[in-house]
Amino acid sequence: MEHPLTQYIHPGCPPFDIREYEMTGGYAAVRKALGSMTPKEVQTLVKDSGLKGRGGAGFSTGIKWGVVPMDEHAPHPKYLIANADEMEPGTFKDRLLLEGNPHQLIEGMILAAYAIQAGVSFIFLRWAYKKAAQLLRRSIHEAYVAGFLGKNILGSGFSLEMYLHTGVGRYMCGEETALLNALEGKRATPRAKPPYPQISGLYGKPTIVNNVETLCNIPHIVNNGVEWFKGLSYSEDSGTKLYGVSGKVNNPGCWELPMGVTIRELIEEYAGGMKNGYQLKGVLPGGASTDFLTAEHLDIKMDFTDVQKAGSRLGTGTMVVMDDATCPVGFVHNLQHFFAQESCGWCTPCREGLPWVEKMLLSLEQGTGTAEDMELLEMHTHMLGPGNTFCALAPGAMEPLQSALKYFKDDFEKHISLHKCPYE
Amino acid sequence: MITEKVNKGNEVKQQAHYLTDIERQFIDHEVSLVPHKSAAVIEALKIVQHQRGWISDDSVNAIAAYLQMSPAEVDSVATFYNLIFRKPVGRHVILVCDSISCYVMKYGDIYKALQEKLHIHFGETTSDQCFTLLPNACLGCCDHAPALMIDNDLYKDITVAMLDRILKQYT
Repeated sequence: MEHPLTQYIHPGCPPFDIREYEMTGGYAAVRKALGSMTPKEVQTLVKDSGLKGRGGAGFSTGIKWGVVPMDEHAPHPKYLIANADEMEPGTFKDRLLLEGNPHQLIEGMILAAYAIQAGVSFIFLRWAYKKAAQLLRRSIHEAYVAGFLGKNILGSGFSLEMYLHTGVGRYMCGEETALLNALEGKRATPRAKPPYPQISGLYGKPTIVNNVETLCNIPHIVNNGVEWFKGLSYSEDSGTKLYGVSGKVNNPGCWELPMGVTIRELIEEYAGGMKNGYQLKGVLPGGASTDFLTAEHLDIKMDFTDVQKAGSRLGTGTMVVMDDATCPVGFVHNLQHFFAQESCGWCTPCREGLPWVEKMLLSLEQGTGTAEDMELLEMHTHMLGPGNTFCALAPGAMEPLQSALKYFKDDFEKHISLHKCPYE
Repeated sequence: MITEKVNKGNEVKQQAHYLTDIERQFIDHEVSLVPHKSAAVIEALKIVQHQRGWISDDSVNAIAAYLQMSPAEVDSVATFYNLIFRKPVGRHVILVCDSISCYVMKYGDIYKALQEKLHIHFGETTSDQCFTLLPNACLGCCDHAPALMIDNDLYKDITVAMLDRILKQYT
C-alpha cells in the first residue's frame, strides 16, 4: 500500500529540510514540468488523473484550473492560493501535511502556479497552526535560496513569488471568496459567483484557491502519471486520501489510505474500535457540515460517490464518531452553536436562522422544548438549505441537523416528554 | 469653528505620533507587499496588538489615519476577526477548544475546573491580569481532544489533573 503524501512524515521527528527533501526525490516534479512540459500539459495531466479537491467540495482540480484565462492578454498577475485555513470542526488532516512535509506543499504550489501561469502565490494559514507557520517560513526561504522560487526558476523563464499569510480567526475564511476578501484586508464575507475567482479573484485578477492536501498530490501525479494515481485507489475516485477519526475510539488519528476504504475499516482497524463501554451511535463522515451516518452504513466506501449515495458527503474525510453516551441533541447543539457564531452575517437567513436554531436546540436540551420546536427545526433545514443563502455555511450547518432529526428523532422526543435530557 | 480646526489638527498630529517607530516600520513593510494601503489593515492590527496586547479605540484611529481609511472601516475589520482583541486581555490568553470532538471528549469538565481555579468565566480576566479565558472554535487537534492553547502553546489530551502544572508555567 503506497502512501505518497505521508511516506516521509514521521510524527515526533522534524520534517525534511530542502536537502533531505531533494535527496528523496523532492522538486524532481518541478524540474520535469518546468523543463519539459507546457502549462497546458500539466493541466491536462491533472485533469486526466481524476484528482478532486480535498477541501470538502470534491470538484475536479483540472477542470477548475481549466477556466483560468491562459492567452497572452490574460490579466496579470494571476494568483495561486493554498487554502491552509483548516477549521472545519473535527478536521486535522492538513495540519499533518503542513507540519510533516512543508516542501511537498511548496512544490505542489509551484506546479499549480506553473499550470495556470500565476506569478504570485500565498499560503493562507490559520493562526492556530504556529508550528506550521514557523516551518513554512523556513521552507519558503530555503526554496528561494535554492532557486525554486523567485525570478526565472531553473532558467525556465517562469517566475513565482510566495508569501505566507497567517489569519486572525473565523471559519468563514475557509470559503474561497471570503478568503480572498480576508487576504485583501477586508471582512471575510463571501462574494457573489459568478464571476468565479478563476476569472476575477484576488484584487480582481484570475485566482485559483486549492486545498493543502489537493496541492500535495500534484508533485506525485507529475512524477508518476495518471495510471499510477488511479491505481492508488479502491474506488472510482483516484488517489489516496487522508482520513481521520476522532471521538471515543481507542486510537484516534489521521492516516493516508487508498481512496474508498470503508468506515468500518477506519474505525475498527485504524482507530482501534470504540473505547470499552461505548457503542457507536452515529458518524459525521467528513467534518461538522456533513450528514450523520449510522451503524448500518459502516460498510460504505469513504469516497465522494458512495458517501453521497448514502445521503452524506465525504467532506474533508475526517470523521467524528458519536457514541451512545453522548446526547445527540447536545451534540447537534454544539455544532449549531459553532455555525451560528461563525456566520459572517452577510445574508439574512444565515444570520437570523442559525441563532434561532441554536436557541431551540438549547431549550430542547434543557428540557423546555416543545413539539412545535421540532416543526420549526424541520422548517429551518429547508429554509437554510441550498439555494436560499449566499454561501454554503448555513446549508452545511443544516446537514447534521436534518439527519439528526431523521435518525435520532426518539432522542429529541424524549427531551420533550421527560422535560430534561435523558443522557444526564 | 477655529477651535474645531485646531482640535482636528491636534488629533491628526497625535494620531501620527501614536504609533511607535517599530510599529510603523512593520506596517510599512506590509504596505509595500500589497497593491493599496488598506489591504494591509489586518496586518497592521496584528502588529499593534502584538506590541500592545489589544486594540484600543486610539489604536483603531491611529491605524485608520496611517492607512488613510476611516476609523469605522478599520473597526469593521477589527471586530470581525475573533483574535483581534478590542478589550484589554491578561498577560496570557487561554483558548479552550469548544468544538465537536472536544465536546464529545468533555471539554466541559476542563472549562469547569478552569473556572474554579481562576475564578473567571469565558470572556473574563483574572484580577491579577494574568489570564484571560476564551472559548475557541476547533483547534485542529481533534485526535488529541480535549485541547487548549495558551498564547502560542498547544496542549493536547488535557485532563483536569494536568491543569495546575500547565497554569503554573505562566504565573
